[in-house]
Amino acid sequence: MSVVSSSIEPTVRVETKRQPLPPRERLETVFEIENLDAIYGSKSALKGVSLEVYKNLVTAIIGPSGCGKSTFIRCLNRMNDLVPSFRQTGTIRYHGQDIAARDVDPVAVRRTIGMVFQRPNPFPKSIYDNVAWGLRVLGMRDNLDDRVERALTQAALWDEVGDRLKASALSLSGGQQQRLCIARAIAVEPDVVLMDEPASALDPIATQKIEELMHNLKTEYTFVIVTHNMQQAARVADMTAFFSISRGEEGARWGELIEYDATEKIFTAPSDKRTEDYVTGRFG
Amino acid sequence: MSAADATQLGRRNDRLRRRHAVNRGMELLAWLAAAIAVAILGIVVVSVAKRGASQLNLDLFTKTPTATAFTLHPVAQGISNAFVGSLVIVGLATAFALPIGILIAIYVNEFAPGAVKNGIGLVLDVLNGVPAIVIGIFVFGLLVVGHGQSGIAGAFALAVIMLPLVARSTIEVLALVPNTLREAGLGLGVPRWRTTLGIVVPQAVGGIVTGAVLAIARIAGETAPLILVSSIAGSSVAWNPIHALQTVPVAIFQLSEEPDPQAHARAWAAALVLVLFVLVVSLVARWFATRSRRKLQGAR
Repeated sequence: MSVVSSSIEPTVRVETKRQPLPPRERLETVFEIENLDAIYGSKSALKGVSLEVYKNLVTAIIGPSGCGKSTFIRCLNRMNDLVPSFRQTGTIRYHGQDIAARDVDPVAVRRTIGMVFQRPNPFPKSIYDNVAWGLRVLGMRDNLDDRVERALTQAALWDEVGDRLKASALSLSGGQQQRLCIARAIAVEPDVVLMDEPASALDPIATQKIEELMHNLKTEYTFVIVTHNMQQAARVADMTAFFSISRGEEGARWGELIEYDATEKIFTAPSDKRTEDYVTGRFG
Repeated sequence: MSAADATQLGRRNDRLRRRHAVNRGMELLAWLAAAIAVAILGIVVVSVAKRGASQLNLDLFTKTPTATAFTLHPVAQGISNAFVGSLVIVGLATAFALPIGILIAIYVNEFAPGAVKNGIGLVLDVLNGVPAIVIGIFVFGLLVVGHGQSGIAGAFALAVIMLPLVARSTIEVLALVPNTLREAGLGLGVPRWRTTLGIVVPQAVGGIVTGAVLAIARIAGETAPLILVSSIAGSSVAWNPIHALQTVPVAIFQLSEEPDPQAHARAWAAALVLVLFVLVVSLVARWFATRSRRKLQGAR
């Protein structure tokens, strides 16, 4: 005598206090991605992705496991170069410059396009040195203490660690470690911060803190966040891209961009049936 | 219902009992194997200690061997020249092999593409398997023929033995450093070499030291190549590696060939010192290893 819920009410509520997005022509384009294909060895991970990422917005990438969300975001700062079998075609223009081109130095790309990873990965150094190491190595040695304090404050961590900067970063809780990683990333003053499921290993309170700090920092940075948590996308993102898995002959599967629009539209009035199925929880 | 269950249960118990018996038998075998290893080490240490104890005194380290073994008045003798020679030759060999071995490992683990990585790994394994006497003959032909024996030739031979040991152990500890730390450094826009030097190597330094220390322990007792390339040495203390230097393992070999029972006892005493050296060094290495492992686990 099980009750089958027939409710098709959206499971995700979009925050109403959100400021309306300016019209697209008034937005400044940071990334212009055109026809991006990503291949590991002989297996396609992404096919034909085209979208634009706008300045000072939070752009969320959502979709089921294996749809190439992480592959996509790692293309944006050449992190996939570390995988020997990886190849990509198509263009990724960053302020007009194709950063996917062979002659572009990936180190320079990562210098302006920072990244926060899925699992907190602080260096086994002190809290202070975690933030200061990048600054020192990249030659930003002036006012080191101020820069560290500013980054930790922006990452909403200063109040908790300000009095024990010499303590090991590994003594912090998971949520604090992740905020330290965010502080480390923004201390070197990147233009864009990529976040690959930054809260997937964290509890709800730590997650909320990270969402808040993204909200507060987006006037200074452009965020691209991968998340498998739709509520999170609805809460933090201005624009949302929905990726899904397409299937071809002989069991081939690859990720594709299905729909990209304002977050509100994606969650309340998606134009593609697959997006609707996913955001209402009827995927699969 | 209960009767059927009881027989089922009984049958299962039989099988269980057999399994227990097999388990106990295997455990006993494994225990015996471990006991044999410990016993062999114990026998070696005890027999060496028993025979060498009479000569294990300060004179062994401070006095040189006299030129003639048969003197009218017995004189205190030692093999201080061999200890000094070993120190110089092992020190030089470490200075040759350690930086190169570590650099090889950094290249292989951090920079080399897959095929090159496997190729160098194979080369290191083969080099590690070359018998010490073959390395001795190689160095003899390379450095001794035409120039004469020298401490440098000895150090070079030991360095060739040490190189694959250091490189292999360093590759292993570098592979233990979690990739997430490399990504963290690279994600900041820090070049690869800076990330390697600033994050990866410091994280692995305990393990690198452990491997180096064990390799030093290994070459300190190496005899065969030294007999070929640095054995015809004077009996006075000498530091200059341009000339042949006496070393502890070679001294043990030569003393054991002498007709004087006192010399035999000194050979045993020197052997005891060598065994104790290896023991102490292994303990130091273990301490470093646990320390670095704890550090690595903290990082995960």
